[in-house]
Amino acid sequence: MTMHEPSLPKEWELVVGLEVHVELATKTKLFCGCENKFSHIPNTLICPTCVGLPGSLPVMNEKAVEFAMRLGRALGCEIHPSVMARKNYFYPDMAKDFQTTQYDQPTNADGQLALADGTVVGIERAHIEEDAGKTTHVGGGGRINDATYSLVDYNRAGVPLVEIVSRPDIRTVEHAKAYVSELRDILLAIEVSDAKMEEGSMRVDANVSVRPTGSDELRTRCELKNINSVRSLGRAIEYEARRHVDLYTNGEAPRQETRHWDEEGGRSTAGRSKEDADDYRYFQEPDLVPLAPTSEQIAEIDASMPVLPAARRARLGERSSVADEVIVTVVERGQDGLALGAIEAGADADKVLTRIQNDLAVDDWSAVTSESLAMLIQMETGGELTATQAKQVLGEMAAGEHGGDPKAIAAAHGFEAMESDELETLVDQLIVDHPDEWSRFVGGDDGDRKKMQGFFTGQIMKATKGQADGRAVAQLLGQKSAG
Amino acid sequence: MEWSGAVSLGAMTQRITRDEVVHVARLARLSLSDAEIDEFTGQLGDILEHAADIEALDVGDVEPTSHPLPMVNVLRPDELRPALDRDLLLSQAPAAEDGQFRVPPILGEEP
Ligand SMILES: [Zn+2]
Repeated sequence: MTMHEPSLPKEWELVVGLEVHVELATKTKLFCGCENKFSHIPNTLICPTCVGLPGSLPVMNEKAVEFAMRLGRALGCEIHPSVMARKNYFYPDMAKDFQTTQYDQPTNADGQLALADGTVVGIERAHIEEDAGKTTHVGGGGRINDATYSLVDYNRAGVPLVEIVSRPDIRTVEHAKAYVSELRDILLAIEVSDAKMEEGSMRVDANVSVRPTGSDELRTRCELKNINSVRSLGRAIEYEARRHVDLYTNGEAPRQETRHWDEEGGRSTAGRSKEDADDYRYFQEPDLVPLAPTSEQIAEIDASMPVLPAARRARLGERSSVADEVIVTVVERGQDGLALGAIEAGADADKVLTRIQNDLAVDDWSAVTSESLAMLIQMETGGELTATQAKQVLGEMAAGEHGGDPKAIAAAHGFEAMESDELETLVDQLIVDHPDEWSRFVGGDDGDRKKMQGFFTGQIMKATKGQADGRAVAQLLGQKSAG
Repeated sequence: MEWSGAVSLGAMTQRITRDEVVHVARLARLSLSDAEIDEFTGQLGDILEHAADIEALDVGDVEPTSHPLPMVNVLRPDELRPALDRDLLLSQAPAAEDGQFRVPPILGEEP
């Protein structure tokens, strides 16, 4: 692990906007009936439309439009009538020589995304477009500029995407990362994408610039591409911001350009930028008629919207007093419904949440129900189980042992209630049997006291085969020595 | 009404310059001779001049037309349709390799 590099000098402020491309989880592509899935066998998920054969015509996928609007509403956007446009460029990943996208009339505009800490980031737009095919460069070490030729696979061409463009409202690396995590959680909650950055179904580009702290100007930005994880997003933004500060400090200035993030080298490099790179000559797609969602359709989408992560966190926050991080983790893992059910069944809220956070970090916890979890927590709070035993029982509940029944699991291990008077009798006996140790516990210095507490606890655990509650023992010893 | 076909060269060059034609031709990857550039500068100027006639009208009450057909929301259900035979498709391409289209080296950055 490298040393933590210092963040920006305090005279400089970071300004970041994010552009996130999300693949929609439809069965078929955006404009044709080819299957929308990943395939290792190139050019098997293709038809005349997605390879741009003359005479083929696009027809929009209704599910893709619905998913895009669903995402827009989840981000608080207004839904507008829209038209598709052609973005013209020559690159073999698009056989038509244009990408069909939305330009000046996107479906979703003017939304916002609230981060877990309450910071709100504006959403400029979330528009529908198609994905491009995949090119592989052969020769010259696989680098585009040195390749002898390239190979093209159109399986991904025409896969439906939504591009979510944030406003340049992000001021820290932590907020940039939190934005991506929050967006991913929303996408999963509304079930429109599997949102996996490492597999490319969610791709993040960062527009980075800096400005003197306290000013509200927007300076020249650079667009960082090839960011493949949340961690790499943080590194890329930090590197780029420092590069800008260094340039300004030396009396120079960054150029507006697209830069490629090199994760291994930990730096960004300029692409070969052409002065006409952004001249895409957009015009309206004549082969597709406008989209004009009705107010009934929008109302239907709103009515079917699940509770979103922010509201789910608030719901747990109202009912408990645990730290925010605990709630964030539980909601992120999708275990908040389980927790809520257990709390409503009468289990102690803080205990439910911390027990889940600490001891249910497993992929499959489907064998644990709200009822069985509530029972477990009640067994623990009622003194039937020690904390250590409760942890073990929960692990076995998740593994589906004894039908996931905490009572049956506890019984199988012989974890039985140790009545408090039973424990007291035991402690009294030990005091009689070990008078020297007891006087050191009562009258010794802190070190002695600590040592002797360990001694008595050990004796009790030995006598009870570990079934006594450590905290109850400590409490008893304290009471006895004071009284 | 008699159409005044005598659009002055001055007006045409105001509508589009020779440099703009060269730029647009380059974006479209068209290689034009000097004579062709002159010819198209004139023709494109004529077209733009014709379109500019609209500017003389008050169209404040006319809704912009994004599509000539009075239709919206032409959608299809999200249902699979059979894919094209790969070998047939690749046999139409100038070059293929390993089940993929083989294309000449691409210069410049990826879009
Ligand atoms: Zn297709």
